[in-house]
Amino acid sequence: MSAARAEPHVASAEVRSRWWRQLPSRVWTFWMVELYRIRHDRTELYTRAIQPALWLVIFGETFTRLRAIPTGGLPYLDYMAPGIIAQSGLFIAIFYGIQIIWERDAGVLAKLLATPTPRVALVSGKAFAAGLRAAIQSVIVFALSAMLGVSIDWNPLHLVAAVLVVMVGSAFFSTLSMTIAGVVLSRERLMGIGQALTMPLFFASNALYPVRVMPGWLQALSVVNPLSYEVEALRGILVGTPADLALDALVLVSALAAGVMASSALLARLAR
Amino acid sequence: MSEAAGQAFTERTGEPAVECRGLSHRFGAVQALDGVEFEVEAGEVFGLLGPNGAGKTTTIRVLVTLLRPDRGTVRVFGLDVVRNAMAVRRAIGYVPQQLSADQSLSGYENVWLFARLFDVPRAQLRSRVWEALALMGLEEAARRPVVTYSGGMVRRLELAQALVNRPRLLVLDEPTIGLDPVARASVWERVQELRARTGMTVLLTTHYMDEADRLCDRVALMHRGQVVALDSPVHLKRSVGQGATLDDVFRHYTGSQLEESGSFRDVRSTRRTARRLG
Repeated sequence: MSAARAEPHVASAEVRSRWWRQLPSRVWTFWMVELYRIRHDRTELYTRAIQPALWLVIFGETFTRLRAIPTGGLPYLDYMAPGIIAQSGLFIAIFYGIQIIWERDAGVLAKLLATPTPRVALVSGKAFAAGLRAAIQSVIVFALSAMLGVSIDWNPLHLVAAVLVVMVGSAFFSTLSMTIAGVVLSRERLMGIGQALTMPLFFASNALYPVRVMPGWLQALSVVNPLSYEVEALRGILVGTPADLALDALVLVSALAAGVMASSALLARLAR
Repeated sequence: MSEAAGQAFTERTGEPAVECRGLSHRFGAVQALDGVEFEVEAGEVFGLLGPNGAGKTTTIRVLVTLLRPDRGTVRVFGLDVVRNAMAVRRAIGYVPQQLSADQSLSGYENVWLFARLFDVPRAQLRSRVWEALALMGLEEAARRPVVTYSGGMVRRLELAQALVNRPRLLVLDEPTIGLDPVARASVWERVQELRARTGMTVLLTTHYMDEADRLCDRVALMHRGQVVALDSPVHLKRSVGQGATLDDVFRHYTGSQLEESGSFRDVRSTRRTARRLG
């Protein structure tokens, strides 16, 4: 045993600098896996369409008649449809961490982490898989909205942009979920926290009503709530309300980057 | 196919496949590993034996880069598992204790995922996936969802996932735990066939002494985080006495029955596996 065996030069610095090169490959891989899953079992796609449909039909139709919410001249259904699209993505993504806890319990996570996949790439792959599922779901809600007579801007470029916004926004919420998963380490607790989070996220946003009608403390929450920026962007793109798209994109992308960093740092706890 | 696969798998360099020196690790108050020392030669089937809680799985987790040890070094084909984790991962095919195939995908898709994660070149992707499935006798079932697989088939599918990268070292943690005797036999048959065909190095853990006796070239007996004996099964048995079994050898070195010295903690994951198997 010679103590001074030459260390083959695969320096960790080199490996670290390469995570961004593996990122697109891993994201594509987890996208494909998500598509395979959807192909095997489409029921979730349909059952998850029920809730947004109920929001649009019951809440939307009623509040359109009430005219209680200042929408700036828009029919209320047109105003809320982008909010419901964002919400359906949020509801999918906020429970995505359950999958990673299941994978940890089943030994899948250990196997994934033993592949040459940097943690950042693994988490990003999972996040964009959640984003893809949310984006596909959003197409169903687009169709529902159209059937209910929402005047969506059908410009294909705008639709693509809207799907992208849903994907990035939902990817962020899935990293939030994976971060919580890394802290609580149990499905039951994640379910509880997820339930407790969705309502404040949803109501402390501009999804159903403009921020300016909220009390001050709720407005403050709305400012730091990424869902508000997602909804503002979707509303701007789909129904043409004024929106600071550059700011919205910046907030969503930064939130996603922060979420990826936080959840990949906590992945070690899950793998333990 | 087997020819080409064999050449890619086999590499006899004289360098040990695994070199484990002074490996220690503590989980809170529990000293899980306490100076583990062993070496696995390239091309052999090496067994880590011992009761639950002896440190087998912890050793494996360090070896496959999932756990950073407190002290000591582990090298896989000369590569340090901490400093060169990414390179070590590319050399290893790892099958954890639990049955860990994705039930919502087909067998083919499960193997495809790992081919992608190991950066198998796109041009070879399909053929490599089918090659790994064929090695484990799963071509017929490949397109079926994994939910319809038996326990033994899931285990073979996991082996196919580990093999798609053509690893130099195959690491199997309790590969037959929770399987019925027929499934156990089928898993071992495949591993032996693979080994005969490719000469791949295999490191496995088990607490079935009879299996280790039949399958391993050499075994290391682990007890309370240490390797207490290491040799070929034949030599170990001979050293203890006429007609001794590996169980006798274990008792000789530890003074305890195999069944008595297990801890509660690992039983949990075993139960989980058993439950998943139904």
